Amino acid sequence: MVGRFRWAAMFPDEVWEHVFSFLTSDGDRNAAALVCRNWNRIERRSRKRVFVGNCYSVAPTVAVRLFPEVRAAVIKGKPHFADFNLVPSDWGGGAEAWVEAMAEGWPNLEELRFKRMVVSDDCLDLIARSFKNFKVLSLVSCDGFSTSGLAAIAANCRHLRELNLRESEVEETCLNWISHFPEPFTSLVALDIACLEGEVNASILERLISRCSNIMTLRLNHSVPLERLVGLLQRAPQLMDLGTGKFSARHNPQLFSRLESAIVGCKNLRSLSGFWEPGLTYLPAVYSICEGLTSLNLNYATVQNPELVKIISRCKNLRRLLVMDLIEDSGLVAVASSCKLLQELRVFPSDPYDAAEPVSLTEHGLVAVSAGCPMLHSVLYFCRQMTNAALLTVAKNRPNLTCFRLCIIEPHTRDYVTQEPLDTGFSAIVESCKDLRRLSLSGLLTDLVFKSIGASANYLEMLSIAFAGDGDMGLHYILSGCKNLRKLEIRDCPFGDKPLLQNASKLETMRSLWMSSCSVTLGACRQLARAMPRLNVEVINESGRGPLAAQPDNCPVEKLYIYRTIAGPRTDTPQCVWTV
Amino acid sequence: MEGEDVKNGGHGCPRLLDLIPNERVVQDGGGGRRRTFRRLDASEEMKLELRLGLPGGDLEEEESSALSLGFISKASRTSIRVFGAVESTNEGFQHQETGFFKLQSRAGTEKEHKTTWAYGEFEQQQSLEKEKADGTAGPSTSTQTRAAAVPVVGWPPIRSFRKNLATNSTKQTVEPETRSIVEEVKLENNKGLLVKINMDGIPIGRKVDLKAYDSYEKLSNAVEDLFLGLFEAQKDISANAIQKDEEAKRAFTGLMDGSGDYTLVYEDNHGHRMLVGDVPWEMFVSTVKRLRVLKSSHLSSLRFGSVCRKRTVTEC
Repeated sequence: MVGRFRWAAMFPDEVWEHVFSFLTSDGDRNAAALVCRNWNRIERRSRKRVFVGNCYSVAPTVAVRLFPEVRAAVIKGKPHFADFNLVPSDWGGGAEAWVEAMAEGWPNLEELRFKRMVVSDDCLDLIARSFKNFKVLSLVSCDGFSTSGLAAIAANCRHLRELNLRESEVEETCLNWISHFPEPFTSLVALDIACLEGEVNASILERLISRCSNIMTLRLNHSVPLERLVGLLQRAPQLMDLGTGKFSARHNPQLFSRLESAIVGCKNLRSLSGFWEPGLTYLPAVYSICEGLTSLNLNYATVQNPELVKIISRCKNLRRLLVMDLIEDSGLVAVASSCKLLQELRVFPSDPYDAAEPVSLTEHGLVAVSAGCPMLHSVLYFCRQMTNAALLTVAKNRPNLTCFRLCIIEPHTRDYVTQEPLDTGFSAIVESCKDLRRLSLSGLLTDLVFKSIGASANYLEMLSIAFAGDGDMGLHYILSGCKNLRKLEIRDCPFGDKPLLQNASKLETMRSLWMSSCSVTLGACRQLARAMPRLNVEVINESGRGPLAAQPDNCPVEKLYIYRTIAGPRTDTPQCVWTV
Repeated sequence: MEGEDVKNGGHGCPRLLDLIPNERVVQDGGGGRRRTFRRLDASEEMKLELRLGLPGGDLEEEESSALSLGFISKASRTSIRVFGAVESTNEGFQHQETGFFKLQSRAGTEKEHKTTWAYGEFEQQQSLEKEKADGTAGPSTSTQTRAAAVPVVGWPPIRSFRKNLATNSTKQTVEPETRSIVEEVKLENNKGLLVKINMDGIPIGRKVDLKAYDSYEKLSNAVEDLFLGLFEAQKDISANAIQKDEEAKRAFTGLMDGSGDYTLVYEDNHGHRMLVGDVPWEMFVSTVKRLRVLKSSHLSSLRFGSVCRKRTVTEC
């Protein structure tokens, strides 16, 4: 054995390190690390970027020790369904353990990206003080911190290039945290504070932007009025990515023309978002740069179809469009004819609960875009009606789909023409779109669709199921098929113990499984946990029936989160969570 | 079409559907669809009755339980049917095929919930919007009423901040500018019910612990305590102290009855804006998500009831 690899030993480690530095994807580096012990050692010792998809899958101290040279880390915490309030707020995902371990073992850390983690101000403080060369802080969908923590980052991270708070929840305790960026600070390249709820001092922001000549991304929050936007744009004409603040003001022709010229002056603008409270008067100010846009996010823009179409039809080079269903079918037809390079489309519901005023967005819009946009591969679509025929057409038009997430707002919705379940439609999608990696189902579905998915969706990595299926077989089809499944999240489906126990080993090949409001019992969880020591089986019961340990086997489980881990059961579970 | 029977197609394992007794299949007058309307039997009505107001008993979470009644919107006050009134018409019950799922899935003590569905509760005279039974292509533009969507926890799967985006269909003109804030009720387990409260004209928001009060009057006093100082600080420095004082006192009187310069409103768990004081205190506490002290002059142009309004446009 050793002889075969002798040639490998002829090269010093540094050579292999250099070779490995050309492996950019984690997967490739993981593969290299499995070749032999030497490569394993050399690879992990030289690895600069690490991705931890589940913060509880490995102990922070272990990770830090294994990969001592890491400069960039991505860590994800809560399950995806936490976005929709299905996960108790105290479930976990705290960043302290990670930040402490990193402060100890990775003093040269430059980039830290957290997603769905609970990050405290103390964590931010520790980050600010511990990493001399810190460049990138990205907190996506995080919470637990306030603007005081941000002030610490601003004050201490001398070389900060990126501060991204996308979709996080931030307490406003320190009003002028932006003023904590010291005068000599000039390194900012990207700033995304769109999620902040409070006022941002526009003057201070302007001064900051003025001295940061490399700023490329600036996403403001709603509090920045149009008048101040003009000033900011004038100081940063090199901007490539702009998120506006409030996009309305009193009618003022002078303001309009100043805004228009400021926008025209931004010749590199490729991405536009924001548009809080958009007023009809000022929207035309963006027409001039529409042609250069590759990404347009109008999902806060509560304007009607005519205005939306006027903007979007000018965006001939658009790759990515986020919009509300106010665009309606006719607007999507316009998209189909204007935006031939479109790759990603997301249509959000404007009135998800009441539907007080009808919005004319149906399956027709989706079909139109699937027909007119040959490069479309990623779809997120909220609507209220669907047919199998439409889905079949989409599948036929767009076999290159990699992400298809359809949300028909009312659960159990049938094909409104034939009154059938939507099995055939979704089956067509998975059978036609061979590269499908992400799928979200909705509407009335029986076990048949799961049979198709299990059999055909060979590259599917993430599957979201809600209010679907007839019984255990549905889940069994999925777990026994879908070779590349990584994340499975299920809610309100009649899936029980059997498929879980029958496919226990499958669970170790996946990152995680979430099941809520299904038919799983505590006994099955116990069995599973006993059989699979490298899985954490977390049972979440919030109705306070007393300690889970004392409950009988037939006790129904409300929420179940199973994930593979080498760290063993975690120690920070709240009362409502029990690791079986 | 025996719609419901498809779901019940025996696969041999206990189905959540099976757990619920007394299912009734009722013909939908709108044209050939079937819907299961759940008829409450006496014991369940009792259970619901007990749950009216603050969830207590065996429910741990402070936040609205699956069975709390919810709010009564001003607009549809007369249309509230309390549980037990079984309607044989379309409008009697909200479509609750998913309702029983709600029963099983207890909402997490979460931030902003769009959780509880209540039997008999519906926001306006609307029945369900569903598939177009008559198969017409295109959206339902029919005059027949549309369903208020079932407020199941975490469904549809959208982020919290999206729940309150308004559809500003016709008016781009003078409307009160509401301060944008996406806030959720922060629940510290058993430690209180903290709700964010903001006041027009004052940039700093506060938080108030509703568990500390048991009546609207106490709440009103607390609001005054919270904002008086900030309010006075906002006023013109040149105004003399007495004037400031008077103005301040005036600001905080008549908070609940609409007679004062300012009025206390709240946002409920459906994102609707309501006047504080209309419902029993316990019900208020169980559905309130945030509070706001609004200038009374802005009240008239606010639409209560169906339309969720968070950020509205001001265009003059």
